Amino acid sequence: MTAIDSSSSTAISHTTTAGSMTTKSTFLGTIAAYLMATDHTRIGRLLISFSAIFAIGAAAEGALLGAERISSSSSLVDAGILVQLFSAFRFDLIFAVGAPLMLGIAVAIVPMQIGARSLAFARGAQFGFYLWLFGVVLVGTSYLNNGGPGGGNADMVDLFLVGLGLVIAGLTVISASIATTVLTSRRAGMTLMEAPIFSWSALIASLSLIFTLPVMAGALIFVAVDHTYERATFGATQGVNAWIGWAFTAPQIFIIAIPTLGILAQIVATMTRGKQPLRAGLFVGVGLMSVTVIGSVTQSSFSANFSGGLSEIAKSLIPFLFFNAFSILGVLVVLGLCLLALKNEKAKPTAPFVPAFLGVGMVLTGMVGNAAHKISNFGLVNTVFEEAVLVYICYGVLLSSLGAIAHFGPRIWGREIPSAAVVGLGLLGFVATVLASLPYFIAGFADQPSGVADGFNYSGPAWLWNSLVAAGHSLMALVVLLSVALATKSFRSGKVSTATSADLYESVNG
Amino acid sequence: MNTSATALGSGPKVVMRRPTLVLSGLLSAVSAMLMGSMLAIWLDFRSKAPLRESSDGSMMLRDWLPENIKIPEVATNTMMMTFVITCVMAQWAVYSSRRNDPKHTSLALGVVLLTEIALINAQVAVYLQMDIAVRDGSYMMMFYAVTATMLTMIVICMGFTLLALFRSIGGRAGDRDLVSAHALYCYAIAVIFAAVWFVVYVQK
Repeated sequence: MTAIDSSSSTAISHTTTAGSMTTKSTFLGTIAAYLMATDHTRIGRLLISFSAIFAIGAAAEGALLGAERISSSSSLVDAGILVQLFSAFRFDLIFAVGAPLMLGIAVAIVPMQIGARSLAFARGAQFGFYLWLFGVVLVGTSYLNNGGPGGGNADMVDLFLVGLGLVIAGLTVISASIATTVLTSRRAGMTLMEAPIFSWSALIASLSLIFTLPVMAGALIFVAVDHTYERATFGATQGVNAWIGWAFTAPQIFIIAIPTLGILAQIVATMTRGKQPLRAGLFVGVGLMSVTVIGSVTQSSFSANFSGGLSEIAKSLIPFLFFNAFSILGVLVVLGLCLLALKNEKAKPTAPFVPAFLGVGMVLTGMVGNAAHKISNFGLVNTVFEEAVLVYICYGVLLSSLGAIAHFGPRIWGREIPSAAVVGLGLLGFVATVLASLPYFIAGFADQPSGVADGFNYSGPAWLWNSLVAAGHSLMALVVLLSVALATKSFRSGKVSTATSADLYESVNG
Repeated sequence: MNTSATALGSGPKVVMRRPTLVLSGLLSAVSAMLMGSMLAIWLDFRSKAPLRESSDGSMMLRDWLPENIKIPEVATNTMMMTFVITCVMAQWAVYSSRRNDPKHTSLALGVVLLTEIALINAQVAVYLQMDIAVRDGSYMMMFYAVTATMLTMIVICMGFTLLALFRSIGGRAGDRDLVSAHALYCYAIAVIFAAVWFVVYVQK
């Protein structure tokens, strides 16, 4: 298929400089070009880079929280800021890492995939990036000064609400830009069904964010006005979580994982070097995952209860299956079709497949865990089980994005990351994800409460589960750091890519 | 080998499928979801308000709207009617633009701008006549939150109208995509206002 590389940055970054004056000029020029970029690859790279930096911070917060919970007498963190730390960890994973990372990859890749000259409303996307970045900085400042949900400093809580509003606005603008690009800027003759599967998943994720983030913004406006003027109707500081907390949990967090399906399917499709069998099924699978939008918009959380009569079980089971099973079914459809495609004898394994496949596996595990969390007979509500779901989803997104950068990177930078390193980091990231979340699946069944660092006691090695979680988060911080270093080195001075468009984009017609 | 003929022909022209109109549709969806969420919370609060006897003792009412507050229905109904005029004028702009008639396009957009100023004026009149403060209670706080958000949408639409008007006056009357996108957003906020009008001003 036709793919137009509108990136001019490759040429800039490869410019050899003779003198120091030239070097300085090029460096400043590059900085200025990035700050005012309308080139989609640059906007995408900005989003990916800042998300990676925030990912290291989020993993460090997770490690700190895990270490704090190893012993009830532990006092690594002042008790007064624990509430902020728990809240900051969630905010960072979802709004500072997961969502912008996926949108950043989409911004960089989608226009090239669909043969567009540029991103539709590229300046809007750049504006969205700055809104998001400024919002994250404000939220971070608020957390550091006793703000955030449950914070003691009223001005800083107001700052948190303003920052969160900016983050929502920024992500919405970027999503609108991506959705408009896929809907209106495809090359002549390319129908929506012929669009590459990653572009399709980016469209679905963008539309899902466009439909859910304003719902959060509506509640946020009420909470912000109430907190500024009245502090009674919406519960003041304590009410922040009650009204917008749904956006920090499942099913809303599933939306940011939708592009992981597109990344995996895209990599598999190019590995097989032929037409993806049942390609329409992939589209349906990705679409099924967006059923989570209904759960988010209605803020409904339906539990299943297997005690009582058959009619009572059926009454709780039907909405439970609708809100939980459809999205899982979507992931299973995509995974099944990808494995079916791999049966093709022409299939040639590539390194990015490893992190992308493991990433989707982690997302699936998180979604199944969320369904288990909603079965009331298990008694997992208000336990750390829910935290494990969040970590599985968000770290799955991180792993998947590692695969995406290794797969699509050569198309942007013209150089590739060594395969062995990608596989190694993928496996290491997988171990980190499992360590950071699986122990809390177990501790959840042992009733370790969520959102508290001490005062809990249950039969079982609590110190072991919390130590493993702390180690997992630390390892993930290391994996992200190594990934950033490796990508920077490889894309600057690595092996020049010999990949062609046929290697990087799926075949639609076989 | 003859190399003089190896240059490839230009690729197919990229067809932009009315991106401004699509973006306007997405903006309309964002606005609708935002106001839908706020009205849902409004209705939730109203349904949970305690019951009280009406002033004549004939029925039980939800103790939601404070007794001393009177909503100026003339102004709010006028706003609803003004939105209808806004939509008709926006469609007139589209009609004129399709026929490459810059004078009528500009005139229609100018009238749209005037109606939007009238809407803002009416909303300010509603605030002045009601004479309530945002700190006075739940109803007042939520009333200001909902109506100020609606007012913001009208201001955004005004910006859109100004943009279309400047381009039309500047000689781009045939910019149908922008004029159609503007009309679409006008329709969207008219429908959104209809919901606000019914829930906040009629049902109270």
